Amino acid sequence: AFAVTGFRALPAMASAEDADKMVMDFTGGKAPESGKIMLNTPEIAENGNTVPVSVEVESAMEGDDLVDSVLILADGNPNPAVATFHFTAMSGSAAATTRIRLAKTQNVIAVAKMKDGSVYMDKKQVKVTIGGCGG
Amino acid sequence: GNWSRAAAQQALTEEDLLATKDFGNVTLVHITDIHAQMKPLYFREPSINLGVGEVKGKPPHVTGADFLKLYNIEPGSPHAYALTSEDFVALANTYGKMGGLDRVSTVIKRIRADRGDDNVLLLDGGDTWQGSYTAQQTAGQDMVEVMNALQPDAMTGHWEFTYGADRVKELVESLPFSFLGGNIYDAEWNEPAFEAWKMYDKGGVKVAVIGQAFPYTPIANPRWMFPNWSFGIREEDVVKNVEEARSEGADVVVLLSHNGFDVDRKLASRVQGIDVILTGHTHDALPEPVIVDGTLVIASGSNAKFVSQVDLDVRDGKVQGYQYRLIPIFSDVITPDAEMTALIDKVRAPYEKELGRVIGHTSSLLYRRGNFNGTFDDLFCQALLEEREADISLSPGFRWGTSLVPGQDITVEDLHNACAMTYPSAYRSMMSGKMLKDIIEDVADNLFNTDPYYQQGGDMVRIGGMGYTIDVNAAMGSRISGMTLLKTGEAIDPAREYAVAGWASVNEATEGPAIWDVVEGYLAKHPEVAIEENRSVVVKA
Amino acid sequence: MAKSKPRVKVPKSASAGEVITIKTLISHEMESGQRKDKEGKPIPRQIINKFTCEFNGQPVFSCDLDPAVSANPYFEFNAKVNESGTFKFTWVDDDGSVYETENEITVK
Ligand SMILES: [Mn+2]
Ligand SMILES: [Mn+2]
Repeated sequence: AFAVTGFRALPAMASAEDADKMVMDFTGGKAPESGKIMLNTPEIAENGNTVPVSVEVESAMEGDDLVDSVLILADGNPNPAVATFHFTAMSGSAAATTRIRLAKTQNVIAVAKMKDGSVYMDKKQVKVTIGGCGG
Repeated sequence: GNWSRAAAQQALTEEDLLATKDFGNVTLVHITDIHAQMKPLYFREPSINLGVGEVKGKPPHVTGADFLKLYNIEPGSPHAYALTSEDFVALANTYGKMGGLDRVSTVIKRIRADRGDDNVLLLDGGDTWQGSYTAQQTAGQDMVEVMNALQPDAMTGHWEFTYGADRVKELVESLPFSFLGGNIYDAEWNEPAFEAWKMYDKGGVKVAVIGQAFPYTPIANPRWMFPNWSFGIREEDVVKNVEEARSEGADVVVLLSHNGFDVDRKLASRVQGIDVILTGHTHDALPEPVIVDGTLVIASGSNAKFVSQVDLDVRDGKVQGYQYRLIPIFSDVITPDAEMTALIDKVRAPYEKELGRVIGHTSSLLYRRGNFNGTFDDLFCQALLEEREADISLSPGFRWGTSLVPGQDITVEDLHNACAMTYPSAYRSMMSGKMLKDIIEDVADNLFNTDPYYQQGGDMVRIGGMGYTIDVNAAMGSRISGMTLLKTGEAIDPAREYAVAGWASVNEATEGPAIWDVVEGYLAKHPEVAIEENRSVVVKA
Repeated sequence: MAKSKPRVKVPKSASAGEVITIKTLISHEMESGQRKDKEGKPIPRQIINKFTCEFNGQPVFSCDLDPAVSANPYFEFNAKVNESGTFKFTWVDDDGSVYETENEITVK
């Protein structure tokens, strides 16, 4: 009932502290607030090699109400860095989707930096499972 | 059972089962998880079905005497037999087999006649096309033909997908009704791959039915068989589809779901605007709806053992009231629909001789359903250990598979009811003790994670040749202890390699004989089956 | 490595001020630099490290990629279009290769 192979051999795991440090580097040392940003991931990955990840930030995306960028991290990968999205007024909305690699069950983290310097974070656990069995 | 069978059957009449009080103006009829069972059968409900976290002790995580007490059901009564494992063998002898799609047909025709054909929606929750020898031989065609005769209005799916994407497309296109799945997406471009929902006009009422296929199909089953489809719970899509249906004037919104009970209970608490969730996948049969923030969650059992009837009173654009009953299909009480009997006979005819071939005999109850090892899987595990010369054997925690009562012959049909599938290879491979533990922990978390959205809804993998202790409430990765190799009594060594045999691997190109050949080979040497209660799994709940 | 081939989905037309959805895919191994070959030697990193989308020369959306982005990188994002014009999509490879494609849109 199981995929007995399939986990990629990976070097020693990075710690969640590395991810925290990357968040702080991105925000310039500011602790992110919750709210405004919504991270959407599957609860269980269908395939750890390609996990869809979407973010959406509440913003008019005009005038001063602009999202500058969104940092995506995976706190259980050997290197937590995943991607950084950059938005402009021409983005129309601060929403984007990509697909990422997750080595094991872990948290995906998204941090939004607004044009006014305020920062917001959301976090979701994604389970990477061996698979098999069922009802 | 104190009653003689004839007396019991006399006491229980078709009229008792089918007569209905007139109520409301729209009726939903739900059947789910038939698993290709066209003929009457025995199916023992679980004696253990543990809930964790917030759902501990809540239906459907109530079994046996507690279940009878909760729903005020007389021990030994027909409902006690249909809904629990209590006194199962004796009551099976009293009340006989359950189900049979020709009996189901009688019930549905009666509901349509009583309620008015135009006021009834028949909805099939999926896991319909897989689970029997004939379904396997015809790649689902037999079930499509028979179900079409029942004239459903919509279905969704799970095991259907294990026939592979091409076959699924071919069958879905042939259906005279909709196959709905709002949570199935094209994996490349992230676009809906199936019709998500459909509006039905029933007795002047607009009923929207949203389909939700099993979210974890590509994880619980081989993803390589349908590589271009992605699933998932996709709660935000359910919200979007409910809003769309309401904005198009739906008076009633129904989620035809294969999420599993706990997932649907959570969904109902988080998504506004769903009137009824017809749930499936976890095979629970509940005589009353569970009501979550005004949403009725209906669980209609499996194997065509039950049909659910939900009568709704819909006025001024909303549901004002409901009347519900779970109709147990007592096959000796409900008159078969002759047309349907003929159709079933026709689709089975080419295989009838093989279906009836006797390959063994059992003196003990053989059942699968329950959170941990059941006797039917213990037979499979024993066959795998012996036929594949393994130290340890694994059998998946499927919830389908029918029961056999003591004294029954084991036929080819019975065996295949427990293992008919498109990836039946019985592998044999070397695994370290550590890997075994990782696998068992992983499966345990898929079953006992306290967040239902992280559950896959099967039962625990069944293990032969090894004992273990499980603490279902412990954290991910630390539920399993005391792993012991039964043949030596020694603790499993994480560093040692063990020969492990199992079946239903989700890996592509898994090698080995089909599981049914393994079990048949074993039965040829041990035709008389007597399985004792499994004592090597210790459960801390 | 096989030549990377970009594919994009952009609506052919939109109304002025509309926010449209754009989807892009490019075939690429996204070699992470963490794998080893059969001899146990590390396989060097080679990924797409930058993706940009411009409309009539103005930046719309861009992304810096790390090796944790999946093979065949996929992006879905939005763009607000006020006039007819050309979307230009650019992917930059670690090896210096640049892959580009363009799409026209008519604003009515
Ligand atoms: Mn099922
Ligand atoms: Mn299912």
